[in-house]
Amino acid sequence: MRFKAELLNAEEVRRALHRIAHEIVEANKGVEGLALVGIHTRGIPLAERIARYIREFEGKEVPVGMLDITLYRDDLSEIGIRPQVRQTRIPFDLTGKAVVLVDDVLYTGRTARAALDALMDLGRPRRIYLAVLVDRGHRELPIRADFVGKNVPTAKNEVVKVKVEEVDGEDRVELWEREEA
Amino acid sequence: MRHLLDFQGWTRGQVESLLDTARVMAEVLERPVKRVPALRGFTVATVFFEPSTRTRLSFELAARRMSADVVSFAAQASSLQKGESYKDTLLTLEAMGIDAYVIRADAAGVPHQAARWVKGVVVNGGDGRRAHPTQALLDAYTLLEALGSLEGKKIAIVGDILHSRVARSNVELLPLLGAEVWVAGPPTLLPQRLPGARLTPHLDEALAEADAVMVLRLQKERMEAGLIHLQDYIAHYQVTERRLRKAKPHALLLHPGPMNRDVELEGTLADSERSLVNRQVHNGVAVRMAVLYHLLVGREG
Repeated sequence: MRFKAELLNAEEVRRALHRIAHEIVEANKGVEGLALVGIHTRGIPLAERIARYIREFEGKEVPVGMLDITLYRDDLSEIGIRPQVRQTRIPFDLTGKAVVLVDDVLYTGRTARAALDALMDLGRPRRIYLAVLVDRGHRELPIRADFVGKNVPTAKNEVVKVKVEEVDGEDRVELWEREEA
Repeated sequence: MRHLLDFQGWTRGQVESLLDTARVMAEVLERPVKRVPALRGFTVATVFFEPSTRTRLSFELAARRMSADVVSFAAQASSLQKGESYKDTLLTLEAMGIDAYVIRADAAGVPHQAARWVKGVVVNGGDGRRAHPTQALLDAYTLLEALGSLEGKKIAIVGDILHSRVARSNVELLPLLGAEVWVAGPPTLLPQRLPGARLTPHLDEALAEADAVMVLRLQKERMEAGLIHLQDYIAHYQVTERRLRKAKPHALLLHPGPMNRDVELEGTLADSERSLVNRQVHNGVAVRMAVLYHLLVGREG
């Protein structure tokens, strides 16, 4: 793969998440009944950071859960690798909550669909929002994000790599291009 | 891993990966909706040439919890009674589009043979005295849940070792996770050798400082065959409160069931806090979900 561009640097990632945190609180008219659920892997630290920013400016704790959607995917035969199933942990009752699903990249929409199915099996949220750091387009399902850090029009042969401090040691979003075989 | 027949050629990493998945499946079983769509579109057949209650039900529940379709074949009510062979029975099922076969047979090697006949994946649900890999996996899972790690832990397996597929599979599996396995039983019910385990006819030696004791069912047919007298067995090999004092203070007790209370195990012990018997049955579903998931979703080619 060939590196093409830096889409967001560490400061821009911080600013985008900060803005998303404000937008969430505004949309929900406060933090009452609000909960965040990060989708494995990088959605989890992003959700934790958004919760931290909300605590900083609202002075209130928003619960954070983690969701693995592997068992709900409909494209496992296509990805052709042994899927690694990880822990789902939602340490609060989803019923009646306004839940914000948090992921790093929104692409085809299949992960978001799987996450919606998984959440519905775990409880009955009052409503579900979707927050993503990058929306790169190419949806295959009628799904859109409520909160977006950055919209990036991409080509299908391009790859968006989100790096986060907690997993990758740095905050950065990169655009790569797959080279022809 | 194309089939699960035994643990020949398995690595510690493969076992740990499967048990990690079982932990996630256990969490699914705690949810209000105990079902995920992971195996939607797959069909699992339980093909039991030998009767079983818990293994068959456990596999069927595991498959259903992952949204697979399940068909159940029991030899007693089948064309096997009219002389149909194992092979033709399996090929009949194959023609119906089965993706996974869970096979239980009284003869060793039937699942291995079946794996050559059918295109689907084969899980050994217990064959003769040879192997019962999913029982060993759920035993390992239950031990790990209670002990945290099996590294350097001493596990004693007690009873009719010679005829036990459970013992054989555990002796293959537990050392892969770092455990030291001892097996004890009457000389007539001990094999000459069992790679992976220390053999002894002295129960106290196997129990000494053990972290866990796995008690096997004493089968009636062994008594009828004159391999052991019941009263002798109880006198020398029954796991009792008193004998268990040789083991570590909180040594755990396992039994693959069905249990002959007050024969191989003192009844009060079976119901005590040390007993993991119900946990084993409970964990069986999660472990079998992990096995079916790894074989069907993770299959190669």
